[in-house]
Amino acid sequence: MGKIWRISGPVVIAEDMRGSQVYEVVDVGEARLSGEIIGLEGDKAVIQVYEDTVGLRVGEPVAGTGEILMVELGPGMVGNIYDGVQRSLVTMKEDIGDFLIRGTRTAALDREKKWPFTPSVKAGDKVYEGDIIGTVPETGLIDHKIMVPIGMEGIISEIYDGDFTIKEPVAIIENNGKRIEIPMMQQWPARKPRVYKRRFDPVDLLVTGTRIIDYLFPLALGGKAAIPGGFGTGKTVNLQQMARWSQTHLNIYVGCGERGNEMADVLHSFKQLKDPVTGRLLQEKEIFIANTSNMPVVAREISIFIGITMAEYFRDMGYDVLLVADSTSRWAEAMREIGARLEETPGEEGFPTYLGSRLSTFYERSGRVECIGNPSRMGSATVIGSVSPPGADFSEPVTQATLRIIDALYSLDVALANKRHFPTINWLQSYSLYADSVDKWWNKISDDYSSIRNEALTLLQKEAELEEIVRLVGPEALPEDDKLLLLAARIIREDYLMQSAYHPVDTYTDPERNHKMLTTIMKFYHMGKELAESGMLVSEINSLKVLQKISRMKDIPNEEFDQYVSELWTEIDKSTLYQEGGM
Amino acid sequence: MEALQLFTRQTKAIAVARRSLLVIESIPGIRYNEIVDVELGTGEVRTGQVIEVGKLTTVVQVFGGVSEVDLLNSKVRYKGETLKLPVSPDILGRIFDGSGNPIDGGPSIVSDDYLDINGIPANPASRMPPAEFIETGISAIDGLNVLVRGQKLPIFSGSGLPHNKIAAQILRQASLKGKSEEFAIVFGAVGVSYDDASYFISNLEETGALSRAVGFINTASSPVIERLSTPRLALTAAEYLAWELNMHVLVILTDITNYCDALRELAAMRGEIPSRRGYPGYMYTDLASLYERAGRISGREGSVTILPILTMPDDDITHPIPDLTGYITEGQIVLSRALERKRIYPPIDVFLSLSRMMKEGIGEGNTREDHNNAFMQSYAMYAEGSYLREISTVIGSEALSDRDKIYLDAANRFEQEFISQDEQERRTVEETLGIAWKLFSMLPIEDLKLIQREYINKYLPK
Repeated sequence: MGKIWRISGPVVIAEDMRGSQVYEVVDVGEARLSGEIIGLEGDKAVIQVYEDTVGLRVGEPVAGTGEILMVELGPGMVGNIYDGVQRSLVTMKEDIGDFLIRGTRTAALDREKKWPFTPSVKAGDKVYEGDIIGTVPETGLIDHKIMVPIGMEGIISEIYDGDFTIKEPVAIIENNGKRIEIPMMQQWPARKPRVYKRRFDPVDLLVTGTRIIDYLFPLALGGKAAIPGGFGTGKTVNLQQMARWSQTHLNIYVGCGERGNEMADVLHSFKQLKDPVTGRLLQEKEIFIANTSNMPVVAREISIFIGITMAEYFRDMGYDVLLVADSTSRWAEAMREIGARLEETPGEEGFPTYLGSRLSTFYERSGRVECIGNPSRMGSATVIGSVSPPGADFSEPVTQATLRIIDALYSLDVALANKRHFPTINWLQSYSLYADSVDKWWNKISDDYSSIRNEALTLLQKEAELEEIVRLVGPEALPEDDKLLLLAARIIREDYLMQSAYHPVDTYTDPERNHKMLTTIMKFYHMGKELAESGMLVSEINSLKVLQKISRMKDIPNEEFDQYVSELWTEIDKSTLYQEGGM
Repeated sequence: MEALQLFTRQTKAIAVARRSLLVIESIPGIRYNEIVDVELGTGEVRTGQVIEVGKLTTVVQVFGGVSEVDLLNSKVRYKGETLKLPVSPDILGRIFDGSGNPIDGGPSIVSDDYLDINGIPANPASRMPPAEFIETGISAIDGLNVLVRGQKLPIFSGSGLPHNKIAAQILRQASLKGKSEEFAIVFGAVGVSYDDASYFISNLEETGALSRAVGFINTASSPVIERLSTPRLALTAAEYLAWELNMHVLVILTDITNYCDALRELAAMRGEIPSRRGYPGYMYTDLASLYERAGRISGREGSVTILPILTMPDDDITHPIPDLTGYITEGQIVLSRALERKRIYPPIDVFLSLSRMMKEGIGEGNTREDHNNAFMQSYAMYAEGSYLREISTVIGSEALSDRDKIYLDAANRFEQEFISQDEQERRTVEETLGIAWKLFSMLPIEDLKLIQREYINKYLPK
């Protein structure tokens, strides 16, 4: 048992700490605040404390737990809400009320609840690490696979069928005469990546339901992406949309240093919204980590690693998992604060010099892998982080360090936000390196994918060039073919790229519908070209009835959509016929 | 503030006095962040705070600086307490300074209930998403940037702009639509001029609202350190009224720019590594510890709504103060110097302003069924008209088509009739929407693309 020797903000130095280890979890002070040793020197330990240190005194006790910071993994995680150090906020609310009192101890997983376990191996089977030995239906959407913990193997000597708590053994393994009990719960150190057999390139589209992402800047399962944007550009709404609609098995939403009201909004809406494909409540495929901006800063740092460890754990069951982290900038600020307290030599703008490497230890834990253990299975963990650059200036250290790591960028634009163009993903600055690798996936829907995508991107690019000219000479001075291009680009922007997160139909577009919507606009553009060549003015094309139908395309309910579009295509084709026939 | 004298211990062992810091030989039992009295040889007493404590030495920051501190006669007295506010229903109708002492000539607050002015974070799982519309009577807010209970919505202003008038108008007029209950008002003045502070107080007096208001006032001439405690005292009072007495509380904090400058001043004295423009790297977290105290809690009656006011240095919205505020608050009301020059009151910049909680607070049951459609259509109309106005300054208005001229005219009328209103004028949300519909009738009907057909039939003036 050590004693507090010095206190400076969230950093506490304790003496008489010989025998402790780095990253060991400690209880600090009489209030038993939770902390983690981040350095040792002689008999002194440097501790970062996950709770507010106001009122602590020198000489108060510091007790080591002998364990490093572990994530509890097992049934009971899905639908739960955790704080930055994996205390269940739902349990805390029941235990201590509406406010977070320091020093509260709350387990991550319910120790009392009994879960129905169905074995998938039998006595006498030889099992290895990662092997699935049975399942628990955790929610209507997630079957929790119970796996042999990493580092264990042997012959199953007993395996049970029935209802158990997470600490009770569901199987006994014998290895060299030793009996090992396997309960449903296991633990894993938050800072250590979990193991897998082999890593593969991400090639399958992660369907987010956001048109501009899925079609123009696609993200692949197992990929890593960042969303930087100034305030008011809708970072959080974008991330929420992804956590809501992404066609993954499980989503993990890490609210790191962000707004409490927004978190409340997420928590409430996920209790009501349904997944568009399965029709089940979203809560059944979601884990929340909520460390809002007024909760202790240091816990932000570990919250992201706790989130990614959970993601890897479900990946290892063979699931496709998405983790969204909002915001990595607040996470970086927590590192800056600790670094300053430790009087480390600062790098750019006061951030620690290891900012870049710490960011990559997080993003690099994404990936599509062949999981360890039998039966053989593939799983993926996809990571999306938001970045909050001060003054929307992307040259700042966190944005720049992130750009070097990620493979897809969704750059949010203040100017678009001021025009109320949502989502504010800027089509000229965003990119995705997965566009080529998911090409095959898209070709299952249509062979035209890459040509339509390229044509749309080119149109938007040209529009930006023409806009410059319009600002000087006015729109009327342009030649007709440029006017037509501007018209088509405007339709793409307003009737395709703009997507309302709050409209029941528009909020989620499946890939097939997405492809048809953009194809329709391209068809219109080609028709417009023919009409213009035969002498029709763009102002006349602009007043064609089909345009109104194109603009209503977004809101047409899914069951009527195919019919609506096929009629629309017929009408577009007919428009040129009339023209040829001499209108 | 009342100190618990029983636990007072003192020492004269000051080793170093430099800038605003004292390094003192430690005595046992000092609490991190506790408040101390520093008594000078002259008998003058200054307040300080423990900012680092070790077995051997303790570092104290002295508010008011270390001038005239000597190492022989000066004493440091530890109180064993962090800053607390005594609370009781009697705080209503009272005015306090930035240390929580009454400055209205009335008696001290007698209470056994002392609350830590830093508050305790609400459990995110206990929060309720804000959703109840607050009618402010101002069209640019009620129509386009709706305020809801439990929201934090700052006013981004510039020096010389009428942010105080707008805030006072909101205080006078704010009500929950269709209900008679009134807001309790908590007013925190941070480093403002005496005139600004008395403007608000006399305003509250004139309207009779003072009896349901509490003020905490740190004027420009009061100690800088109290700029950090003033908003915390105000928010502690607000939380008490909301969570203990079930009141709906509207908190005005002005001016956050003074608060941030005080934060910078004190951080620089501690020799901390500065971040952008010299402000400390933890300013986001520090501001969040204020703004995040807004909200609603499930199962509790009351609510805390915060309207912080800040003046953007050089009208620069990317300055760290508005920037970090914008990252925490749920939108912002931005005032425009250009509109002010056109003598439009309130000069609210519709394009830069935003309320993130709007969608929750409008529509049938809250305001009116057509609100969202009308909002989007007015916005599009004004945006188009403003764009054409910009273009016409280059190419001349003669080069515009007839349709474009209608939009140009609509944008001007939007500013004159919708945004502009009298300081005493209290418009219902129906009146606000009515003005929007009147302007829509200028446009070709087929241009009303953002409005559902049934609403056009129902609301468009014939």
